[in-house]
Amino acid sequence: MSKSRRARNRIAQTTAFWLFRFATYAILAAATYIFLDIGIKGSRTLFTTQGPFINVPFFTQGPQTLFVFEYEGKKYTLSDREFRAWKAQHPVEVEATSVAYSAGGVWPCIVGTGLLVVGSMIFALAVGICSAIYLNEYSQNTRSIRLIRIAILNLAGVPSIVFGLFGFGLFVIFFHWNVSLLAGWFTLGLMILPAIITGSEESLRAVPNGLREGSLALGATKWQTIRKNVLPYAIPGILTSSILGIGRVAGETAPIMFTAAYALRDEMPWQVQHWTDFVFQGVMALPYHIYVVSSKIPQNEYTERMQYGAACILLLLVFAIALASIVLRERTRRRLSW
Amino acid sequence: MVVMEKEEIPHPAPLLELQKPPEPEPRQPVMISVEDVDFSYSAHQVLYDVNLEIPSRAVTAFIGPSGCGKTTLLRCFNRMNDLIDGARITSGSIELDGYNINAPDVDVVDLRRRVGMVFQKSNPFPKSVYENVAYGLRVLGATKKSAINEAVEKSLRAAALWDEVKDRLDSSAYGLSGGQQQRLCIARALAVEPEVILMDEPCSALDPIATAKVEELIYQLRENFTIVIVTHNMQQAGRCSNYTAFFYLGRLIEFGSTSKIFSNPSERKTEDYITGRFG
Repeated sequence: MSKSRRARNRIAQTTAFWLFRFATYAILAAATYIFLDIGIKGSRTLFTTQGPFINVPFFTQGPQTLFVFEYEGKKYTLSDREFRAWKAQHPVEVEATSVAYSAGGVWPCIVGTGLLVVGSMIFALAVGICSAIYLNEYSQNTRSIRLIRIAILNLAGVPSIVFGLFGFGLFVIFFHWNVSLLAGWFTLGLMILPAIITGSEESLRAVPNGLREGSLALGATKWQTIRKNVLPYAIPGILTSSILGIGRVAGETAPIMFTAAYALRDEMPWQVQHWTDFVFQGVMALPYHIYVVSSKIPQNEYTERMQYGAACILLLLVFAIALASIVLRERTRRRLSW
Repeated sequence: MVVMEKEEIPHPAPLLELQKPPEPEPRQPVMISVEDVDFSYSAHQVLYDVNLEIPSRAVTAFIGPSGCGKTTLLRCFNRMNDLIDGARITSGSIELDGYNINAPDVDVVDLRRRVGMVFQKSNPFPKSVYENVAYGLRVLGATKKSAINEAVEKSLRAAALWDEVKDRLDSSAYGLSGGQQQRLCIARALAVEPEVILMDEPCSALDPIATAKVEELIYQLRENFTIVIVTHNMQQAGRCSNYTAFFYLGRLIEFGSTSKIFSNPSERKTEDYITGRFG
């Protein structure tokens, strides 16, 4: 090998190495920036410098209008409720600027997002695990099964706004469910169903065939084999794949903006006339709230507080749910391996 | 007397003569009878016109080079091939104790209970030793704790494993050695009281000592079960079987008592394979 060629090879090698290294660290940089930015700016809203150090009203109240005014040379920024109390004490006319949604907190949004996540995950996991079992354990490789697999792949690629419109057309209008939890559950559930099916099927496929054959050879039926000797070992994998689904369900705005989300609602979800009304009520949700406060109201220096606070809470919420399912997975895994 | 025996020097017997099982009685009742069986995986035919009568309560070994259809035929006996897309018997019939096992009214679950199987790669379930053996009983509907305990102990004793595992019944089956795992799989198969036990190269992943233990076990089980064993190891067939069937390219070349096949085969191909001229 000539000297120049060896040098060329070395340069190519070094270039490739740095390219790959740069690409990898770019991801880290982006992730760090996003988390730091939202974390730092959000924590200004979430935490306070004195007292309990946690901004309790932000976690316990609904969004309120912020009133900004000057009185006797002092600047006041008060929420709707505080402003009314202040006016009761000071019977004077003040020129107040109102900023929508920028005071109070996000409690109803947290509750709404939690309800949406739980309901749609139950629906998606139930349907997804059943169809994964059918596809992986029962079906044979016929033409119709191949068609179903293609349909699942295609469904995974459908943009979420299309799911939103579909849910609006079918559940909200055709079924007369109006803007409701039920419509949101089904829309979100259908949106992540392909991911759940694919993930569950992957986990089922990872269970060694020897366990199936060993069980069948002992005179177990197919269903006994699946129930006792296949599904339990696939559950940790299914939970792992569903963690991603939880993140999407909690964070997607498009599917719920026509089907389940209200921009503002004064009652909490449990304040319903009759218990059957529970699933037919719309709720506030964090992603939709972020969308509203960051694009639907005039922006000024008072709006940032709510935007970053809500974004930070959403991140924390997704993180907490994911953590919970990881803990659940580890416990299942430990129970299975004694 | 005992001391005398210990000091006795064993005769240097030829390998194939070692531990040779006694000749079975000439007219052994037939357990499995294979008649004119052709078998295909989709378009690929792997068995051609196989005729075979497997005697009851004896060990029958299937030998032959790789890909000659021994395992396929073995898996026909408990219809394990049903699990493979496109695999089917294209003509002929297999009868177990006089009943056609491929008849439409046969309950395949019950068939597999009667015809147990031990796999090439030992496949204990990721459960405790106890639960592995109890699994078969539980799927058959056993709920009484004392009955299950009894059956587990009996099966483990029959598989010559009880003394080694009696103190660790509740620990993971994956903690056992390879040979113990394979004997656990045999114990698991014994627990549901099958009539036939199929063994698909049960010792291929084991070291010589573990192999010797499994072979000894097979030899003992012969008294109560019909055993069909597929093996690549001709010495193994010689050591632990009463009958031997030699397969080549999907055809049964020769079937007879093991001593005859190994000492005086009537087919030239059998002799060539056994003496190591090919295969």
